[in-house]
Amino acid sequence: MKHWTVIAAAGFIAAAAAFAPANAADISGAGASFPYPIYTKWADSYKKETGNGLNYQSIGSGGGIKQIQAKTVTFGATDAPLSGADLDKHGLAQFPAVMGGIVAVVNLDGIKPGELTIDGPTLAKIFLSEIKKWNDPAIQKLNPSAKLPDQAIAIVHRSDGSGTTYNFVYYLSEVSPDFKSKVGVNTSVQWPAGIGAKGNEGVANNVGNTKGSIGYVEYAYALQNKLTHTKMINKSGKTVEPTAEAFQAAAANADWNSQPGYGVILANQPGDASWPMTAATWILVHKKPVDAAATGEALKFFAWAFKNGDKAADELHYVPMPEKVVTSIEASWKKDITDATGKPIF
Amino acid sequence: MNSSGDRPVVDVAFQSSAAVSVAEKVDRAKVLQKLRLGDTIFRHVTRLAAITVLVILSGIIGSLIYGSIPALEKFGFNFLITESWNPVTEQFGAMSPIYGTIMTSLIAMLIAVPVGLFIALFLTELCPMWLRRPIGIAIELLAGIPSIIYGIWGLFVFAPFLQQHVQPFLISAFGDIPVLSTLFAGPPYGIGVLTAGLILAIMVLPFITSISRDVFEAVPPVLKEAAYGLGCTTWEVARYVVLPFTRVGVIGGVMLALGRALGETMAVTFVIGNAHRISGSIMAPGTTISATIANEFTEAVGDIYTSSLITLGLILFVITFIVLAFARLMLMRLNGRLGQ
Repeated sequence: MKHWTVIAAAGFIAAAAAFAPANAADISGAGASFPYPIYTKWADSYKKETGNGLNYQSIGSGGGIKQIQAKTVTFGATDAPLSGADLDKHGLAQFPAVMGGIVAVVNLDGIKPGELTIDGPTLAKIFLSEIKKWNDPAIQKLNPSAKLPDQAIAIVHRSDGSGTTYNFVYYLSEVSPDFKSKVGVNTSVQWPAGIGAKGNEGVANNVGNTKGSIGYVEYAYALQNKLTHTKMINKSGKTVEPTAEAFQAAAANADWNSQPGYGVILANQPGDASWPMTAATWILVHKKPVDAAATGEALKFFAWAFKNGDKAADELHYVPMPEKVVTSIEASWKKDITDATGKPIF
Repeated sequence: MNSSGDRPVVDVAFQSSAAVSVAEKVDRAKVLQKLRLGDTIFRHVTRLAAITVLVILSGIIGSLIYGSIPALEKFGFNFLITESWNPVTEQFGAMSPIYGTIMTSLIAMLIAVPVGLFIALFLTELCPMWLRRPIGIAIELLAGIPSIIYGIWGLFVFAPFLQQHVQPFLISAFGDIPVLSTLFAGPPYGIGVLTAGLILAIMVLPFITSISRDVFEAVPPVLKEAAYGLGCTTWEVARYVVLPFTRVGVIGGVMLALGRALGETMAVTFVIGNAHRISGSIMAPGTTISATIANEFTEAVGDIYTSSLITLGLILFVITFIVLAFARLMLMRLNGRLGQ
């Protein structure tokens, strides 16, 4: 017993000693959990290529915002963009790093992935618990040929505050004034009905287990758990499948410069091919950082990721930022993010 | 030294011992002083350790109170009796988490206390020797399983089982009985207050069992033998000898279990459904204080939201304190009655 303790302690000290120097040069970031898998994957490849590591803690968007304001990390990450006033107040610059798609998933006997079509107002009514049965005329009208059961709709939503919820309810509020006034937009909201499950995996599991249920998850989780996603009718009235192209179309059609810090929510964007529930996630850095070198390293990392990270993003079912937006982001770094003498860091 | 009867030797011995004793006295004083010093240091170290506990405890209370000031200023006493929990409009009330916390713990204790006591009685009174160790070890292993494992097991295995087999049966069985039909009203989600209570029952069972077993074993055999000698049945021995003799320890174990049930976070979060609603049915989704904090603290933006969550923590602290105080009071009254 004692031996093991000694060996374990020695091992721990050795490990600590081995990692300590590496940690010193690491880029530190904290925040949103939605992009955590892709950030760590990028960090892995980046470290192999450049020797510089990234220490990203997925503590949630709220935590990321607090940490960057307190200057304990080099960059913060958030799924809900900060307003121009908030950015100015704390001297922060904001840019989107990567995107993803949110899909509605259902569990209905005899319905296969992509067979059911839903539009925004109907989805809002379902989540308001105003449409209570699957064979409701509103759903049947959108799916004339589907055999919908006389079954109660069981709603599954996220129990933890999340960017997925933020983007999903933002979309529902865009298309349904009723939803906006009754529920509203936030990272967690007061749902009128249903059960809350923790994380994308929790929602995916509950929908998978419960017949007659509907939930919303990141697209990657719908694929991994072989759940039945629905098609959506977008702002242009076209029926679209959730694909990387449809997510990219939403991003390409968005007017990124309409909001300070690229804080555009990609929900309900125009365009025939746009997926209506596309979501971006943002990075926050100080415009005049105390440690200019560290922020420079962080920007270098994201520049590398914009250039070389597309394949990794595709593999994990994230959507890389369009070329046009990346060019604009990098130009804004040169303009806005400076060291103490006013010289651009990037 | 002690050779009495031989005078000269005694004298010599006496003299020498007297001579030594001067030196020894100094020595002894030194030794004593050293011991006293050691004692003083020991006393201060232990006192410091004890004070540390007080400092930490008051620090926690202080920071909880400080953190909950914004919410308490905004909502006041209404915080306790409001069911709404709306992060969008920043209207928060603690009623549904409080209800969920108490309800799940109540279900857990209703199941775990009798079962735990029966297991302990079986182990100490009835179990054949060769079976004692396996059962004892199994119980202790239950206590060693991390709560996240209970949560995952509850979500992936236990909840679907309840949903498909147990809950439909409960709904149809109690469907016509007035009060029970509300208590067990469908639809069978699988997860909800009842599932959380059942998982908690399994989690706190080891606390009740192992503590009860230890105190049952401490009952002097002569008492039990005397009772058996009078012709008592095993049940009568357990009821009138073992339990009265050990009730302080048993209540202690039960309170420890209740403390864990009230504060359990991860396992409950997975299976309770996390809905800020109070429902008449125990199969409906609900939430508990600790589950709400675990779910929402990371993404809570804004002072009132964060402060409301901290206030929930303060409430849980107060509930736990009341439970412990109540347990003490009960023990004092029991002992008082014993004195008469």
